Amino acid sequence: MAIINDKISTIIDGKRVIVKKPELLAPAGNLEKLKVAVHYGADAVFIGGQEYGLRSNAGNFTLEEMKEGVEFAREYGAKIYVTTNIFAHNENMDGLEEYLRGIASAGVAGIIVADPLIIETCKRVAPNVEIHLSTQQSLSNWKAVKFWKEEGLHRVVLARETSGDEIQEMKEKVDIEIETFIHGAMCIAYSGRCVLSNHMTARDSNRGGCCQSCRWDYDLYEVDNMEEKALYSEEDAPFAMSPKDLKLIESIPRMIEVGIDSLKVEGRMKSIHYVATVVSVYRKVIDAYCADPENFKIKQEWLDELDKCANRETATAFFEGVPGHEEQMFGVHGKKTKFDFAGLVLDYHEESGMVTLQQRNYFQSGQEVEFFGPEMENFTQVVDKIWDEKGNEIEAARHPLQIIKFKVERPLRPRNMMRKELVVKS
Amino acid sequence: MKKPELLVTPLSSAHIKELCEAGADAFIIGEQRYGLRLAADFSREECQEAIRIAHDYDKKVYIAVNAIFHNDKVDELNDYLLFCQEAGADAIVFGDPAVLMAARESTPNLPLHWNTETTATNYFTCNYWGQRGAKRAVLARELSMDAIVEMKENAEVEIEIQVHGMTCMFQSKRSLLGNYFLYQGKALQIENRKEQKNMLLHDVERDNKYPIFEDDNGTHIMSPNDMCIIDELQEMIDAGVDSFKIEGVLQKPDYVTNVTALYRKAIDACAADPEAYEAQKDQWLEAIEEVQQPHRPLDTGFFFKETVY
Repeated sequence: MAIINDKISTIIDGKRVIVKKPELLAPAGNLEKLKVAVHYGADAVFIGGQEYGLRSNAGNFTLEEMKEGVEFAREYGAKIYVTTNIFAHNENMDGLEEYLRGIASAGVAGIIVADPLIIETCKRVAPNVEIHLSTQQSLSNWKAVKFWKEEGLHRVVLARETSGDEIQEMKEKVDIEIETFIHGAMCIAYSGRCVLSNHMTARDSNRGGCCQSCRWDYDLYEVDNMEEKALYSEEDAPFAMSPKDLKLIESIPRMIEVGIDSLKVEGRMKSIHYVATVVSVYRKVIDAYCADPENFKIKQEWLDELDKCANRETATAFFEGVPGHEEQMFGVHGKKTKFDFAGLVLDYHEESGMVTLQQRNYFQSGQEVEFFGPEMENFTQVVDKIWDEKGNEIEAARHPLQIIKFKVERPLRPRNMMRKELVVKS
Repeated sequence: MKKPELLVTPLSSAHIKELCEAGADAFIIGEQRYGLRLAADFSREECQEAIRIAHDYDKKVYIAVNAIFHNDKVDELNDYLLFCQEAGADAIVFGDPAVLMAARESTPNLPLHWNTETTATNYFTCNYWGQRGAKRAVLARELSMDAIVEMKENAEVEIEIQVHGMTCMFQSKRSLLGNYFLYQGKALQIENRKEQKNMLLHDVERDNKYPIFEDDNGTHIMSPNDMCIIDELQEMIDAGVDSFKIEGVLQKPDYVTNVTALYRKAIDACAADPEAYEAQKDQWLEAIEEVQQPHRPLDTGFFFKETVY
């Protein structure tokens, strides 16, 4: 990767190293996910509160939970941001000041905002909280970036429609932190400019009610002299606008060289297995590139690892050019996950080699499983005899959250995870 | 009683003349390169001509510069705004803050109307853009009449609402029709259809038909019904809403002229004599129903609809 921005790297002992490492920003729908994200290497985590966020179905944090999350993150030197990115209606104005003061008192580092109402209220009542402009503003050009800089914002999250070249120009022209998405599901519309949900289901998409109508199938017709003619034949997949999920792992070197300040993973609704897997892979990519950019190569094992928690096919979308039909899904709705989260390690006994874990999906003795965690290389082994909490030998771990013990060949630590490959049913 | 401005999007310069005679007070025109979902694409020459015609009738012309801009067009904005000013535009319609920045630099005296179509949902935010230079805010279409009244009561800027026609539900930067045809292996159809805005998405479950078209700004999906409140104008006029817009996109010129003439009568009657308006409003609604295309039912948009989240 060529040097783009000379402030990003320096030469130490004849070797170039990156001195401006971007933040790795991860999603968390609840306190457990927050802790996993931080533990697996996120520099910052974004969460939703009880109001003003865009995922009315996500777990969402109470102020007490926010406080606990902030304290947990602080031990790792990580920050917490809260999404408050609805476009508010008049009826949402009451209570905003109190809500923002609460967030500030919880020690949250910043809020992610779309509506100027919330921006201005935050400046007034919670001046120490950083303000990050949400992607809901569909910010797509350097001059608009400059506008928000002059309005006193700390950071802008760009529209997902911006390319690497465009972001580079913004970075050159305006001195403000820039955050971009690197991984996860995305809107096919310009964010904030879609009200399909409002029309189709009377749920306000810009206040968290999005019903994902863009993932449905439609029949395409042409109106010709008042007659409607189908523009598809029976064997064709119906018209669809469902985008493949974003995956920009191979663009990370360019993003670092351009000087992008924060790399964001989408998915507050996703599981701890997803968060742990995605965060640990990008952690490795960013660290490896920054330590030795000249000899950096994407490892196949990183790509394989990301694939283990993938929900859909993936694409690079706008960062690397203009997405065509191959970056959309036609006639496809099912999930493509190949692996399932099977257990969360609670404890490991060095002498006996016995692990204690919490079951998260069915597994049985004789089955091959894989362990992973931030402190170790992945390894697989076949599960031998397993015991329940009371020491009774059992054939299979059938019950969610059941406490299970069995012998593992290599040492483990609490918060390590165990996954199993899904058997493809024919 | 103060009468709201009757604002229409014309389909050509010749159409402006007809619309002036039908009773329109103001027009929105523009060039696809800078404006979104225009009823017609007006080149610079056509803009100049349109403004000349409208000004001859003492009517106003606003130019839409409300696209979501990427870096490639940002450097053209100053020049385009200067053109608009010299051509005599009465205001610029914008959504992207880049236009506000360019206007501060090049045309500080040219009035600005803030319109992002979906995000003007509370009065504080309307006033925020007002304090930064906008003279008017165009409200989101997804608001109830009660919310609009509350916004007008608290707004320091003029308030514009749409009263008739289709609304945009969705804009993607992607070429969604082109991608579908490429996926089907029918690349040629894309070229043939580029200029024909006559496609529909059928939502079988709801039996709704949504117009869909592509242009330089991406793919746009429109509402299945034409909103129409010709028989519900009283509350909006009493509230003092400043401008009523009739949307002409994807409509025929005659239709827009007919509808404009009917709203002219309705607004005049409502402002002068509410009882006369009450007596005649159903007749005007019927007159509009007569000219509707069969696949475009009328409804009242979100004016009386509850939205949850």
